[in-house]
Amino acid sequence: MNGAWIVIAGLAVATVAIKAAGPLLLGGRELSGRTLGVMALLAPALLAALTAVEALGAEHGSLHVDARTAGVAAAGVAVARRVPLVVTIALAAAVAATVRALG
Amino acid sequence: MPGIRAAAPVGVAVFFVGMSFGVTARPVMGAVAAVAMSAIVFAGSAQFAAAAVLADGGSPAAALLAGILLNARFLAMGLAVAPALSGGRLRRALEGQAVVDASFAIASRGEGRFDRHALIGGTVVQYPAWVLGTLAGVLAGDLVSDPRAFGLDAIFPAFFLVLLAEELRSGSAVVAALLGAALALALVPVAPPGIPVLAASLAALIGLRRT
Repeated sequence: MNGAWIVIAGLAVATVAIKAAGPLLLGGRELSGRTLGVMALLAPALLAALTAVEALGAEHGSLHVDARTAGVAAAGVAVARRVPLVVTIALAAAVAATVRALG
Repeated sequence: MPGIRAAAPVGVAVFFVGMSFGVTARPVMGAVAAVAMSAIVFAGSAQFAAAAVLADGGSPAAALLAGILLNARFLAMGLAVAPALSGGRLRRALEGQAVVDASFAIASRGEGRFDRHALIGGTVVQYPAWVLGTLAGVLAGDLVSDPRAFGLDAIFPAFFLVLLAEELRSGSAVVAALLGAALALALVPVAPPGIPVLAASLAALIGLRRT
């Protein structure tokens, strides 16, 4: 119980510091063309990594294809067909739940 | 605020993910601590990771480290959004607290530009959704023993995929996305959780080729 509170306090402080670091370091400086080129690609690189790691259940150190992977794959089809966001995520949840129930 | 409208469906997703955190965390740390953690840490993946380490019998130090590693990507995101924030350094550091994955993505306007209103609006929607979702999960824990039975764990990656699709505006964005995903997946078996996604930011270095 006490251990959990230590984790909560420590993580709260660390998270604030991590989020503050970039703005504190850069301030309002305009980025140069080359730096901007790198920053422009951070969002696609990080989002692709988050999607891939979560879709393959890799948070705990190993990759596996499971019901969640099927749900995300269904979302991929929906995205390609330009289905609205809410429908897409509802579809992902429904497919994952169905595959899990069948498996 | 433009971010609020864009983030409304996200708020629904965040509520359900928060609920699954509440269900997962209550047996590990207790109901009050679970809700307090969502209210003051407000970082989904780090919270899940820290709770998982504690549930496996890990030490508080190990749980803290896991959470910090997972949040390290906010350093890269903070650098990216910094020029779009306003005011002096302290004010910017405060506005930078609005950085979470979904807000970062909603605020992205391509070419490294970010919309400050969308960033903050996105977080204004997600914060109450996350905390109330956790509260609902803590309260409903006895009814919904496994949120995965409802496929709730597929919501976030599906949401990230939708946001990713909007980022793929140029050839180099597609290459960075493929490289980032490949880098992260390759590191999963050998690196501690959190490092693979953080390392994916190295894929953005291909942007140095331009200009």
